[in-house]
Amino acid sequence: MQFISDNSDLLWSAWLTTLSLAVASGVCALVLGTVLAGMRVSPVPPLRGLATFYVEVFRNTPLTVVFFFLFFGLVYVDLQFPSRFTTAVAALSLYTASFVSEALRSGINAVPPGQAEAARALGLGFGQTLRTVVLPQAFRTVVPPLGNVWIALAKNTSIAAGFAVTDLTAALQRLANLNADQLLAVFAAVVLGYLVITLPSAWLIRVVENRVAIVR
Amino acid sequence: MSGGPLVRLSGVNKWFGELHVLQDVDLSIDRGEVVVVIGPSGSGKSTLCRTINRLEAIQQGEITIDGQRLPEEGRALARLRSDVGMVFQSFNLFAHKTILENVTLGPVKVRRQSRAESQRRARELLDRVGVGAQADKYPAQLSGGQQQRVAIARALAMDPKVMLFDEPTSALDPEMINEVLDVMTSLARDGMTMVVVTHEMGFARRAANRVVFMDGGRIVESADPETFFTRPRSERAKDFLSKILDH
Repeated sequence: MQFISDNSDLLWSAWLTTLSLAVASGVCALVLGTVLAGMRVSPVPPLRGLATFYVEVFRNTPLTVVFFFLFFGLVYVDLQFPSRFTTAVAALSLYTASFVSEALRSGINAVPPGQAEAARALGLGFGQTLRTVVLPQAFRTVVPPLGNVWIALAKNTSIAAGFAVTDLTAALQRLANLNADQLLAVFAAVVLGYLVITLPSAWLIRVVENRVAIVR
Repeated sequence: MSGGPLVRLSGVNKWFGELHVLQDVDLSIDRGEVVVVIGPSGSGKSTLCRTINRLEAIQQGEITIDGQRLPEEGRALARLRSDVGMVFQSFNLFAHKTILENVTLGPVKVRRQSRAESQRRARELLDRVGVGAQADKYPAQLSGGQQQRVAIARALAMDPKVMLFDEPTSALDPEMINEVLDVMTSLARDGMTMVVVTHEMGFARRAANRVVFMDGGRIVESADPETFFTRPRSERAKDFLSKILDH
């Protein structure tokens, strides 16, 4: 216990890094994923094709490879993110957006087609129909799968540890190297750190789910 | 705009894959006219109704509304649809919006009306169809008949030039059918141009100016209700009427 409290500064800042990686990537992935889902159901074939291509590429590439590419591949095209943290956020966002898009698309498909028809019959355009009628109903049905995506994202942030971002997993490595005797205590602290992020999420997801549950 | 017919279909053909669902359909509907489309299931009457605001695209022929050819897609089509009210068999009220919001959505988003003005008008329309007291409820809390009357109010809120009814009472319990038909009859009396696909022969007799009988994707017969119900010309119509009127 002494060892943990001696290193509480490192653990605390590592935990904050993990949390900010997850939250920042979660927000970006939600926005990008929503745009992608909109493109995939749009009546314009090139938009549909582009979004499908994106989703298939990022969904089927290991996250570590995405990190590798953003950290080491982009320099060859003279691109660089301002910091390692933002690079990690970009990798996590790009990767997670494909899963958000697919979850949302399943929600969009679950909205009865009559809803969009009624909106179009009133004279709403495609974008208006999607924004005001389809997506608000789709979001409600995708709260549980989006919750899964969020929890997976929170844990996927640990990949950043391999790319010199000092998150919880990086702290685990460092402290374990420092004092192998305390391995179990460090493990417990780090696992607790992840649980503090994911467990309340699961609870929050249930609350949101009940709150937005649609009366049918 | 022009003095010609309000809705005009000429040489309309449509296929669902191999199935030729609309075959050389010609139909024109004058201002203030109430046209009731009847026929057996699968005769193409619902499809016909849905082509008029291009919820179904046609492959051949031409459809004009108020002298204007139906645009292909995009903004122009949306603008034209806003002038064509539609009432569906399954009501299709927006499940996540209150009754009042259902009625104000179109005027606010499409017509850019102010919220206050659209709400005042919505309440007026909801009172007119007899569901004013339900304004703050959600669709699922209403009976089928009430939902369908809200759907009519929602369409009326756009001040449409013509109203399309696609089997508006087919999903309703028997005791709720009349409350919807009463609203439709009063609309017809007020001079609304209406295309009504229905199995309600009583409504056809009472409110229609013209009955159009469809079978196998074609318009087989078109006559005033009195003539059609007492002296149908085609064998197919006689057969159809004998089956439904005997019960």
